[in-house]
Amino acid sequence: MKKILTALALSASAVFASGAADAATLDQVKQKGFLQCGVSTGLPGFSNPDAKGEWTGLDVDLCRAVAAAIFDDPSKVRFSPLTAKDRFTALQSGEVDILSRNSTWTLSRDATQGLNFTATNYYDGQGFLVRKSLGVKSAMELNGASVCTQSGTTTELNVADFFRSNNLQYEVVAFQGQEETLKAYESGRCEVFTSDQSQLYALRLKLADKDEHVILPELISKEPLATAVRQGDDQWFDIVKWVHYGMLNAEEAGITSQNVKEMLTSPNPDIKRMLGAEGNFGEQIGLSKDWLARIVGKVGNYGEAFDRSVGKGSPLQIERGKNALWSKGGLQYGPPIR
Amino acid sequence: MAITHEGPAPADRPQSTSSIWNDARFRGNVAQIVVVAVVALVLGAMVWNAQENLSNQRIASGFGFLNQTAGFGLNQTLIPYSESSSYGRALLVAILNTLLVAVVGIVFATILGFLVGVGRLSKNWMVRKVCTVYVEVTRNLPLLFHILFWYLAVLAAMPAARNSYSIFGEVFLNNRGVYIPRIVFGEGSLVGFIALAIAVVGVVVLNKWATVRREKTGQQFPAFWTSVALLIGLPLVGFALVGFPLTIETPVLKGFNFVGGSRLLPEFAALVVALSIYTGGFIAEIVRAGINAVSYGQSEAAASLGLKSGLSTRLVVIPQAMRVMIPPLTSQYLNLTKNSSLAAFIGYPELVQVFAGTTLNQTGQAIEIIAITMGCYLVISLATSLFMNWYNRRVALIER
Repeated sequence: MKKILTALALSASAVFASGAADAATLDQVKQKGFLQCGVSTGLPGFSNPDAKGEWTGLDVDLCRAVAAAIFDDPSKVRFSPLTAKDRFTALQSGEVDILSRNSTWTLSRDATQGLNFTATNYYDGQGFLVRKSLGVKSAMELNGASVCTQSGTTTELNVADFFRSNNLQYEVVAFQGQEETLKAYESGRCEVFTSDQSQLYALRLKLADKDEHVILPELISKEPLATAVRQGDDQWFDIVKWVHYGMLNAEEAGITSQNVKEMLTSPNPDIKRMLGAEGNFGEQIGLSKDWLARIVGKVGNYGEAFDRSVGKGSPLQIERGKNALWSKGGLQYGPPIR
Repeated sequence: MAITHEGPAPADRPQSTSSIWNDARFRGNVAQIVVVAVVALVLGAMVWNAQENLSNQRIASGFGFLNQTAGFGLNQTLIPYSESSSYGRALLVAILNTLLVAVVGIVFATILGFLVGVGRLSKNWMVRKVCTVYVEVTRNLPLLFHILFWYLAVLAAMPAARNSYSIFGEVFLNNRGVYIPRIVFGEGSLVGFIALAIAVVGVVVLNKWATVRREKTGQQFPAFWTSVALLIGLPLVGFALVGFPLTIETPVLKGFNFVGGSRLLPEFAALVVALSIYTGGFIAEIVRAGINAVSYGQSEAAASLGLKSGLSTRLVVIPQAMRVMIPPLTSQYLNLTKNSSLAAFIGYPELVQVFAGTTLNQTGQAIEIIAITMGCYLVISLATSLFMNWYNRRVALIER
């Protein structure tokens, strides 16, 4: 019922709203005095409230970085927890300014949902979580299995493709929320829990007997998890995109939250441009000159955010892998700031 | 002709306009036209504004998506469906799943409600109290609690497929649902089905004849038992003629799960149980109120005619109580149908879950999908209430 109500409210807002996309999002955000950021309903490592109720994670850090760039204050963000089902409508209807919620960048979403994906925050792929006691070593042994998944996700489509193309029988049980899906898997309703691999690592931590579960080696899809904004506001699109690229460039140049003060006096022209000592690059996208210094000083560079949220400094212990910088063999590549 | 016109014809009279405005019917019509025009204008403005906004935000619109490939799987389909079927097909599957839950739920809720409702008026203290407790407990807990309780409690108590509870090695119970043997009809089964059809027609004719005979002669004919015998006997004879081409397929554990036989999804079972028990509590109160509404004098009159208490309940009290019960019963049936949408919380593939959920999220066409979903529920509800109103007219008190 809640779902219907949300959808109804959203369609109603589409009916009555007077073109939210037309107005400049940056001005609206400045006027409100905070950034409204759509995140997941709770996914360790990406967006999860901690013991004090503060949201933390890689997706959260991107929103904090945008807030730091605009307000010089990473706490000027309000978070809207969204289910997979409600996320795009929430962005379309103007309920949130940024959707930073482990959403896969696909063509049809980009083309028909009225949104633009800015940049890939995390390169992921879909995997399978099973109980060790099943003795399954590969996804190809899953013939006849029940698979729990979240409804309305690319996951749901990929798993159908995977079993179909490998001629394997399966039964899908789709739930609207992550909690329900995990509970159904834990109670034995399905042998397999399928989701993006990073989510499997994160959700495994929530299981009572987490060492009894393994993640199978196969990755059955590409899941570039990207941040999205509404279509039709190019300036806002640029800001969100370049906040991510700025964090990547900062990491590449070795600017961290620890050394950003000393770096301000660096003789390196590249670093000078980034930190606003030379040129007016921040102003070109509607921010301040020292936009990146603000971001790195308050939130850190991409590598710092990664390690703190999902990498070495977190319980998830995920390797950088494909999310390493391009210069270190990964896929994360920030276009030059000049 | 008693009326004579003085002066010009009525149309030319200056005060004729004011006399038209004094005409209540004319004023009523004008008011209605104005209201309709305003509603149409508002609706038109909404549609136009929505289209404008959607195209401004570059969100695709229209119903073309219904022909696109859905790409997701569904675990209960009454009609053939695969991942390569269209969204339109998925919608159809979802509607049928909703109807299945609604119909089965209504049947169980009605039976349960009648038993409990009559039980609350029982002379037996134990029966009366048990029924009261049932009604109070079910009506005072939210439906979502019922559904989650049955789903999670049933699931948690059930073993995994490999160590299912088994009944005679034929019926299996585990956390994937209930597996029962399935009858496979082989070649020549048609004869048996024809015999069944003949039996059904025979039962209808027999009952008509028995009624007519009773009204003419006052003699009772054991129509019920004869009907049962016909319905079971004739198909048996039919199948015997072609040498019983029936095989029974028993579910067998293979790999992760049971193969063969028929299966009841735990989501379906939990939903039907929860909806029946919850709505049954409300129906019980309606039944009790209906029976209480029949004056006690009717029972006394029936007794004075020499009717036994069972017969007097069935022939005198219940038919009169029905008149009171049907309108509120209709609302309960409608409630049950609409409440089946809570299934989204336990993953049963019904209309809201599949269409207003998955399909909406995969296509992003919120307005079209919400409109279609609303239309579907409207049609189901209208059909239910049309049927119930028809039935209500049939049993209504015909005063002579």
